[in-house]
Amino acid sequence: MAERMTIHLSVWRQAGPDAPGRLVDYTVEDASEHMSFLELLDVLNEQLVGRNEEPVAFDSDCREGICGSCGVMVGGIAHGPQRRTAVCQLHVRTFSDGDRIVVEPFRARAFPLVKDLVVDRSAFDRIIAAGGYVSATTGGAPDANALPISKRAADEAMDYAACIGCGACVAACPNASASLFTAAKVVHLSLLPQGHVEADRRVMAMVDQMRQEGFGDCSNHAECEAVCPKGISIAGIARMRRAYVRAALR
Amino acid sequence: MQQSARSTLDAKVPAGRLQDKWDAYKDTVGLVSPANKRKRTILVIGTGLAGGSAAATLGALGYQVKSFCIQDSARRAHSIAAQGGINAAKNYPNDGDTIWRLYYDTIKGGDYRSREANVYRLAQVSGNIIDQAVAQGVPFAREYGGLLANRSFGGAQVSRTFYARGQTGQQLLLGAYQALSHQIAAGQVTMLPRREMLDLVVVDGHARGVITRNLVTGQLERHLGDAVLLSTGGYGNAYYLSTNAKNSNVTAAWRCYRRGAYFANPCFTQIHPTCIPVSGSYQSKLTLMSESLRNDGRVWVPKDSQDRRAPHRIPEEDRDYYLERRYPSFGNLVPRDVASRAAKKECDAGRGVGDTRLAVYLDFADAIGRLGQQAIRERYGNLFEMYERITGENPYEVPMRIYPAVHYTMGGLWVDYELQSTINGLFVLGEANFSDHGANRLGASALMQGLADGYFVIPFTLGAYLSGTRVDKQVTVDHDAFREAESSAQGRLLALLAVKGDKTVTEFHRELGRLLWNDVGMARTRAGLEEAIDSIAALREEFWGRVRILGENNTFNKDLEFAGRVADFMELGELMARDALARKESCGGHFREEYQTTEGEALRNDRDFAHVSAWEHTGSNSTPVHHQEALAFETVELTRRSYK
Repeated sequence: MAERMTIHLSVWRQAGPDAPGRLVDYTVEDASEHMSFLELLDVLNEQLVGRNEEPVAFDSDCREGICGSCGVMVGGIAHGPQRRTAVCQLHVRTFSDGDRIVVEPFRARAFPLVKDLVVDRSAFDRIIAAGGYVSATTGGAPDANALPISKRAADEAMDYAACIGCGACVAACPNASASLFTAAKVVHLSLLPQGHVEADRRVMAMVDQMRQEGFGDCSNHAECEAVCPKGISIAGIARMRRAYVRAALR
Repeated sequence: MQQSARSTLDAKVPAGRLQDKWDAYKDTVGLVSPANKRKRTILVIGTGLAGGSAAATLGALGYQVKSFCIQDSARRAHSIAAQGGINAAKNYPNDGDTIWRLYYDTIKGGDYRSREANVYRLAQVSGNIIDQAVAQGVPFAREYGGLLANRSFGGAQVSRTFYARGQTGQQLLLGAYQALSHQIAAGQVTMLPRREMLDLVVVDGHARGVITRNLVTGQLERHLGDAVLLSTGGYGNAYYLSTNAKNSNVTAAWRCYRRGAYFANPCFTQIHPTCIPVSGSYQSKLTLMSESLRNDGRVWVPKDSQDRRAPHRIPEEDRDYYLERRYPSFGNLVPRDVASRAAKKECDAGRGVGDTRLAVYLDFADAIGRLGQQAIRERYGNLFEMYERITGENPYEVPMRIYPAVHYTMGGLWVDYELQSTINGLFVLGEANFSDHGANRLGASALMQGLADGYFVIPFTLGAYLSGTRVDKQVTVDHDAFREAESSAQGRLLALLAVKGDKTVTEFHRELGRLLWNDVGMARTRAGLEEAIDSIAALREEFWGRVRILGENNTFNKDLEFAGRVADFMELGELMARDALARKESCGGHFREEYQTTEGEALRNDRDFAHVSAWEHTGSNSTPVHHQEALAFETVELTRRSYK
């Protein structure tokens, strides 16, 4: 039978972007080790509504670690202590009975807070819109096998394309840099011949957009790689920088 | 009993040979000139594969597009969670695939309850989808020679499935999202995230706008357009527990139904056989384990329902490999609907395993013994990891426990060949429509349909509508129809908040899910369905008297969002039961216990039920009218599916 656990939570509560925020203590007494961390928050919310208190707002959608909607700091770590795991796939069995866990939103200047644990990550969408695509409008694409691509390049491109856009990299970075996120798209597309034509313009525009959004620069802490639920390598950041310099000099 | 009308539903299928219909349509369809496209505003609801690809394509064509999504970013639509792959009749492996074979497999897999012409068109454009995705930079799996790799999937004897690891949906969706981002940057598409469509605005019989709620500020907004494209996915979350994302819902489609769009085949839901079982009452959603696992896993339960030994202590002679026993020629690889029902049968008989007794074993011990652990790790490593993360058990050592779960809905708003609903100018794309999968969808076909609709079908059929319709240019968002729709949406939100009862939204949703799962799930009976209709009506009444939603209307309020969706799911649930009751046959995912063969297999009735059921809303307190679109099968012979 599933083991019952008591978990104490200190959760960041903030009614809106301009309201004051603070940590509020709660206790969930009948947590199960098989619950996901978000289900623990669901149970807390049911209890809060029962006591006529407003539930804790947090984003989540697929709950299988692929949509990138969820993301909170669990005990000071983006997505919590289990490596390569988004918080929706983190389970209560990772913790011990009686633990106190601090739960906070992803914090960065470029991620303004919306409510409680919800932040606005639309800056990521603007970075992609600045150039994170191949300009291939629908129709007129050549046969898919017309252009052979080495398995190695395709596999490596896939390693970077796996980014789920959750923002953990930003939250973990002391500079709140979006370098890993931006590099993941730049490198994914630059490894494929389809992406070569626009490569220079793409890297310049995306990096410039990242700066304009208020993200910091990378100073090689590698915290981003450590918390990335998809294990995206910071080698991508080095590649992006080289590509940026090359493009700037051309 | 509901009224029944043999109706005049015209699917507008072009004349001519099946193979020539789509080309003939394209040759003669009306066009909109570039100068006129600029003056047209198209509202696209949802940014999954269907909506994202449609918005990007229409934007590139020169239309002014407004794109809406419920998530904080267009990149998060639930198409992203699709694992296995996408079918296309490319015949790259030279194993005999053709457009005809993909068409035939799909229509047979759907148990002959889909429209021939739509399915054939889907197979025809399937190859273009792969070309388009590759041009966008989607990193499909490749062979060492640099060409694209294929794999096999259920229901087919050829390898036609393209894939990107176990994340094919993610990569195809990001391809569409990036194309959409390109059009946003170009100024062709205005993106409105964190918006929920709460009503459709119909002016003089034409869809002319939508009412949306800004989910951050709670503000209601009016949007005017020349046409509305609904690509809002399926309604599997009616069952509360499903593999759908938490935000997936039926509200946008349901509001269109209430405005006059017919809802087709709501009882056709797909229950996927291999999901991680429910572990407790707190469970918020279910996770799929890919169909591909059944290639190497063997499904079994203990022969004796009292046998509580750990699986490795149960010797061979005390195990029942029931799929291999009942279906010797297909064994563990029977289609989804058959495998799901068989698992339910074992558990109902008390032979289920695990704490809840609602699970069967999926055992890899034989395959590991035969091929070695490394080979199994290469094939399924990421799935085994995911299983272990969720259950805390190592499937290399202990058999997986699996159970069926709601996964996809074949039913949806009725559309004709042009993807137009029964409301002029309201088009429905992807899972939200009913059209291509009949009573059962084959694996790797959902991605294909979403992208076919968005990239390759709607650009033609929307042009046909716009070029042949005089849109009233005098209409603005101050029109009475906008005012009325906004005030009704607002009234509903305030009514929900005003209940101030004592039960949470989740409690009601769970209860609805329990009712639907028990009576409108894997096995249905007349008595059960009649009881479900009454119980759901009672639950609805209780909901409006006892639901408790805290917080305000004019703020970010998840509970309020979910309450509106649950209220709509309850109305839909009743219609699902009504539809299941009216379909007195078993086909695909719809199994009526009264209609089965002596061996317990689904018994179709082609004489009376080779039709699409389409339901017309007639008011909150009156029964809907049942229309039918007869399905004419001109090119395929209707046979019984047998997997013995």
